[in-house]
Amino acid sequence: MTNENMNIVIVGHVDHGKSTIIGRLLADTNTLPLGKLEQVREACRRNSKPFEYAFLLDALKDEQAQGITIDAARVFFKTIKRKYIIMDAPGHIEFLKNMVTGAARAEAALLVIDAHEGVMENSKRHGYLLSMLGIKQVVVLVNKMDVVDYNQKRYDKIVTEYKEFLLEIGVEAQSFIPVSGFMGDNVAVYSAKMPWYDSMTVLEKLDQLDNAQTPENQMFRMPVQGVFKFTAGGDDRRIVAGTIDAGKVKVGDEVAFYPSAKKSKVKSIERFNAAKMDEDSVASATGFTLEEQIYITRGELACIPIEAKPQVSTRIKTKLFWLGKEHLGSNRSYIIKIGTQKVSAELEKVMAVLDASTLVKTERQFVQRHEVAEVIFKLEKEVAFDKAENLIETSRFVLVDNFEISGGGIIVDSLPDEVEQKETAKNNNWRKAAVTREERAVKYAQEPLVVLISGKKNAGKRNLAKILERELFTEGKFVYHLNPDELVLNTQTTREECLKKIAKLSHLLMNAGCIVVAAVDDIVPKEMTILYAEINSDDMKLVWLGEIDDYNPAIDLHLDLSEARASAYQKVKNLLD
Amino acid sequence: MVHLTKLENRSIHILREAYANFKDLGMLWSIGKDSTVLVHLARKAFFGHVPFPLVHIDTHYKIPEMIEYRDNYAKQWRLDMIYGQNVEALNAKKTFPDGNCTRLECCRLLKTEALRATLNGTGARLRLNHETGEYELEKNPTAFTGIIVGVRSDEEGSRSKERYFSPRSQQNDWHVGDQPPEFWNQYKTDFAPGTHVRIHPLLDWTELDLWEYIQREKIPMVSLYFDKGEGKRYRSLGCWPCTQPVESNASTVAEIVEELRSGKFSNIAERSGRDQDKEDGGGLEELRKVGYM
Repeated sequence: MTNENMNIVIVGHVDHGKSTIIGRLLADTNTLPLGKLEQVREACRRNSKPFEYAFLLDALKDEQAQGITIDAARVFFKTIKRKYIIMDAPGHIEFLKNMVTGAARAEAALLVIDAHEGVMENSKRHGYLLSMLGIKQVVVLVNKMDVVDYNQKRYDKIVTEYKEFLLEIGVEAQSFIPVSGFMGDNVAVYSAKMPWYDSMTVLEKLDQLDNAQTPENQMFRMPVQGVFKFTAGGDDRRIVAGTIDAGKVKVGDEVAFYPSAKKSKVKSIERFNAAKMDEDSVASATGFTLEEQIYITRGELACIPIEAKPQVSTRIKTKLFWLGKEHLGSNRSYIIKIGTQKVSAELEKVMAVLDASTLVKTERQFVQRHEVAEVIFKLEKEVAFDKAENLIETSRFVLVDNFEISGGGIIVDSLPDEVEQKETAKNNNWRKAAVTREERAVKYAQEPLVVLISGKKNAGKRNLAKILERELFTEGKFVYHLNPDELVLNTQTTREECLKKIAKLSHLLMNAGCIVVAAVDDIVPKEMTILYAEINSDDMKLVWLGEIDDYNPAIDLHLDLSEARASAYQKVKNLLD
Repeated sequence: MVHLTKLENRSIHILREAYANFKDLGMLWSIGKDSTVLVHLARKAFFGHVPFPLVHIDTHYKIPEMIEYRDNYAKQWRLDMIYGQNVEALNAKKTFPDGNCTRLECCRLLKTEALRATLNGTGARLRLNHETGEYELEKNPTAFTGIIVGVRSDEEGSRSKERYFSPRSQQNDWHVGDQPPEFWNQYKTDFAPGTHVRIHPLLDWTELDLWEYIQREKIPMVSLYFDKGEGKRYRSLGCWPCTQPVESNASTVAEIVEELRSGKFSNIAERSGRDQDKEDGGGLEELRKVGYM
């Protein structure tokens, strides 16, 4: 036996025969503990009940720690080719979130439809969700063929109807198989009762499915899970860690982190208890050090910019399914998790609500439990992602409502955000001026720039700002120290208003060709967005003084508190060139 | 990618998610094979370091070799080691070996109760001081908001229904029927104050996977797992009054792998040497609902 494993999920409408098919698979692959089948048959005979293979699952559930542990939630069996874990997803609509959980771990799905009852609500809803979850291998089992006298017309009708539905949602079923879990037709053994069907049994089909392959030839994407530096043990490596979602990365590659757009080169790939390597690829939980110390944190998306840049925006158009008890509506704010990014989100607009079982669209501004919808979200700050059509892995998100994961979906489009619109306005301003930015740059022999100094309170930021202003001035630069204290009109002025003023004034001073130095206590990523509304991110350098933690915005230069005055100035100056 | 590497990557991803999301994070280390593999995976996830404390519930009836092994590796690997104990029950001799309660009641007092008090900080916690090599009473212990546990879904029925991130109420209640959805590497990491989350990075591993991984990674195991010439070894470790060795001549990891893959244990449940599982049908599931691992 090979060491190959495959996770499959079995889904379908309630009572369409999932448990019977699983019971049959277990019995026919000799996975059951010795004597189990006879024991259950005997129990049925004693209680004058007709034997059903579904009872095997109930019997096994009761077994607990005896024999091989098998449970309705995860069922283990094996063929000569490989080992399988079947995740049994409840058919009842109340358990849709369990179905989603089971299906999300699967590489392939068996979707069961009752030949007698035909295509039902959940046959379609589950089909739709499988496609949204990204499961490409779907095998449709038309079950209970014995009940319809193995009638080929009945089978063909269901196949035609369901294929049509799948076509509408853009899914192609791997194959359709007429089966009877009860009689064992075409499950593990080929059935003579349906001579019109000459393709594979369920088991043959399973063995023929491919293990999910994650191709390496995509663009590199790795959500940063954390930047680790464990100095206590005398280890001074600073390692960017995460699981690679797509593509590969090599030592020497230039990587950029979004949304901050900070760049550096991969210096080494780090690994504990394993051979050293110079390259790592998709699905690997990896870590690497950088040649240049840039300060990035959890949540950034690592990319190789020459391959393809991701989208960065505060407004996203999505396709989602909703599992929350409360409606998804515009009256509250949610947390959206994309990769390792986590930001708060508000519903801006519902484009369409879709009943996943009928595909009928409704126009209303909220989404109910178990519905799928197309909606626009407005986010508290910029996030980095890919459009689903470009790369599905980095387009995925979940929504958290009141501590619970209440929905999930994919980002289909990146919309222009307010910041971006303002940026266009900024650029227009530059163009319209009688004297251009370039002309001023030549005249003053400098590029206008904002040097923002931040760090914990009382770290000496104001002092550093003064030093910088003096030194730059002495050197002949056109520079101004913008003191936030002078912008506070009265005690009612909020921090946000103050930051908006700093942004506005910095923008004007830069228009005039000036270098601006400003110091602000403990700035957080969200507040950077306020500044970016007026200042292009390329035109602002963040200098961090003293202690840093995990929640800092992306930093351009880190200075120790003890840094000598002269060297601090030199380092900032390097930043300006 | 080979099966073991896939399992390893997913577990590492989960460990890093736990570390990023929970301020007061700890990992249970029972000294058994599962949680010892978990410690190894943590060292992999954090490049040689284990950046959170390891918590051992010392029932006082653990096989002495286990404690010796624990302290050796805690020192060698510089682990932040903590243990907790139900001192009241032990002092009052309310234990099965003392003949004063049933096996299940003993488990509840020495494991479940001790665990609850150790995790929420109300019970005594002893922490290894690496300078002196001695355990010291921890001052002002805080409650853990996230606790990493080495359960596997193939161990028994109730564990097969677990999530990777499983929320528990203040009373440690577990609502099997109403668990959070998990998909696409996204887990429940947001929770109301007063609750905590159990994190299960080994959920997808089987007993055989685990031994194959121990073999591949050369992870040192407590010697009780190996036959030392008496034709017996432990397959699962617990308290000595309730855990029996199995008949086996396997004296190396390779021999254990063989025994599980196609040998005498390929068809026999791992916990068959544990007497408390046999007390009554739903014993373990009931214990787990109130906090047993």
